[in-house]
Amino acid sequence: MLTFKDVTVQFAGLTAVKKLSFEVPEGQIYSIIGPNGAGKTTVFNCISRFYKPVSGSITFIGEDLMKLKPHQVIKRGIARSFQNVELFREMTVLDNLLTGLHPIMKKNILSIALNLPSIKRDERIAREKANEVMEMLNIEHLAYEKVSNLSFGYQKMVDIGRAMMSDPKLILLDEPVAGMNSNETEKISQLILKLKEELNYTVLLIEHDMSLVMEISDLVTVMSFGEKIAHGVPKEVQNNPVVIEAYLGEVEEDAQFV
Amino acid sequence: MMGILSNKRLLLSLLVGFTLVYPFLFGQSGYFITLFVMISIYVITAMALNLLVGNGGQMSVGHAGFLTVGGYTVAILTTKVGLPLLVVLPLAGVVTGVIGLIIGLPAVRLKGHFLAVATLGFGISIPQIALNWNSLTGGYSGLAVSRPDWLSNNLSFFYLIILVLVLVTWLIHNILKSSLGRAFVAIRESEVAAQSTGVNLSFYKTVMFMISAFFTGIAGGLYGYWFGYVSPNDFTLATSFLLLAMVVVGGLASIPGAIIGAVIFTILPELTRSFVGLNNIIIGIAVVLAILFLPKGLVSITEFFKKRSQPITVKEGTDRTGGMVKDANI
Ligand SMILES: Nc1ncnc2c1ncn2[C@@H]1O[C@H](COP(=O)(O)OP(=O)(O)OP(=O)(O)O)[C@@H](O)[C@H]1O
Ligand SMILES: [Mg+2]
Repeated sequence: MLTFKDVTVQFAGLTAVKKLSFEVPEGQIYSIIGPNGAGKTTVFNCISRFYKPVSGSITFIGEDLMKLKPHQVIKRGIARSFQNVELFREMTVLDNLLTGLHPIMKKNILSIALNLPSIKRDERIAREKANEVMEMLNIEHLAYEKVSNLSFGYQKMVDIGRAMMSDPKLILLDEPVAGMNSNETEKISQLILKLKEELNYTVLLIEHDMSLVMEISDLVTVMSFGEKIAHGVPKEVQNNPVVIEAYLGEVEEDAQFV
Repeated sequence: MMGILSNKRLLLSLLVGFTLVYPFLFGQSGYFITLFVMISIYVITAMALNLLVGNGGQMSVGHAGFLTVGGYTVAILTTKVGLPLLVVLPLAGVVTGVIGLIIGLPAVRLKGHFLAVATLGFGISIPQIALNWNSLTGGYSGLAVSRPDWLSNNLSFFYLIILVLVLVTWLIHNILKSSLGRAFVAIRESEVAAQSTGVNLSFYKTVMFMISAFFTGIAGGLYGYWFGYVSPNDFTLATSFLLLAMVVVGGLASIPGAIIGAVIFTILPELTRSFVGLNNIIIGIAVVLAILFLPKGLVSITEFFKKRSQPITVKEGTDRTGGMVKDANI
């Protein structure tokens, strides 16, 4: 569904991603793991068209993604969440989610200014959708709360919820459980499975929480210093000596991993 | 007192009731009606500017230029072309909106100080153009505006202004609470996230400029009709700054905030008229005080009292990652 072919990304001399190739099959949970600075988020930023690879190609359902501008990516069915949450902080939770529906809302200025029935209906449907998403995340009680008043864990949920609003074909989740307690982590883990099984999303996941990754992933790619060093189903990757070596020295990661 | 302030509907009816009887409170005095007309013109402009600055997070130090364009459009279309008011007033908005679009196209690629300087340049050049394009603008002596007969009476003009005021407020309110309004705020809050949710930055920034200019043009048009005359220096750089002061002191990204700011800063200069220089000092101090103590403007005073009566705390524990560093890598 999503194909990276020999993608290389450089920042002023630093090669963040080196000749990376992988293919995300439709309907699966595909995880990218690797030590800090391995280039995982850079991969997402290439898909979102914030970074431009110096070489290689990225295609999504046969279409060349490099031709798109950042705001066009979501219309192709790719939505994302952010590692450090990028929310509209002064907006309420509800408004954040509604903004996630931007690509499919009517945009005729005249009908909006006159608040015509078609606009009201659109808005009502959008709110229903937002309520659905909030229910799935168990955050209905926070609908009218300003995002900046929420804990980091809740902010992460809103970030994920906003990506779910447009019913994407592919959802990119960048460390969705970072900063969450074990209870919240378990909920998100269930949610990701639900995204795949009930909503038929394809999930591309970056995560440092190894038990989560190994539990829910169908396929795992391991990156280190911009390169793919291993690939396969969780079991294979877990026992791959190259992977274990890459994590050595990363004391904290290592402890989680073994 | 606080009860009244937090009951929006009651507050609104009181406001509308007051404005409807306003002329009779002052024996239909021309001075007080003019004061009201100026307040209305600035209320519309402040709301339009607030949409751009407060909601959209874009800077404009040249909105006086749009007022001037609106005023001249009305003058030219009534005297030189002879169109009726119901056509001319919306056209003043359209023409100014198109100018806003033209200014917006290059301006949206600029950020912060650069955008401020670009709009400043626009604000300064408009009076110069009005002064020098003699054949169209009448140069130094300006242009007359002919008011239609049915509006020759001050009282009927007064009610027309109220009508326009209510209509414009309603339109802006609708825009701000729609997906369009959310896109504006999204751009202000995070350009990265806005793009990821499908918001085309340059398109929406241009649209913001256009909408803001449109309503400002209508306000400028009303000005022309009321005074029956427009000249190059009706709205200067000082007006642009005054408008920004209205928005900042009244409350950014808030319609009531823009209204409060416009009322205060239209009345204030009248009160301090006899003390030259005092006016600007007071405005300066008000802006500084607002930024220091009421960053959300005077309108947030009601919120302040509301918060006290029903404290909400959602923050659970601390931010474990110590994260939320906005500039960290996306
Ligand atoms: N905009 C940028 N400019 C310069 N260097 C960058 C930029 N974005 C990322 N990098 C560098 O590219 C490398 C990969 O970064 P990236 O954020 O992709 O890592 P990551 O695998 O997501 O790490 P983490 O697990 O810590 O999130 C790092 O060395 C980083 O400093
Ligand atoms: Mg990362």
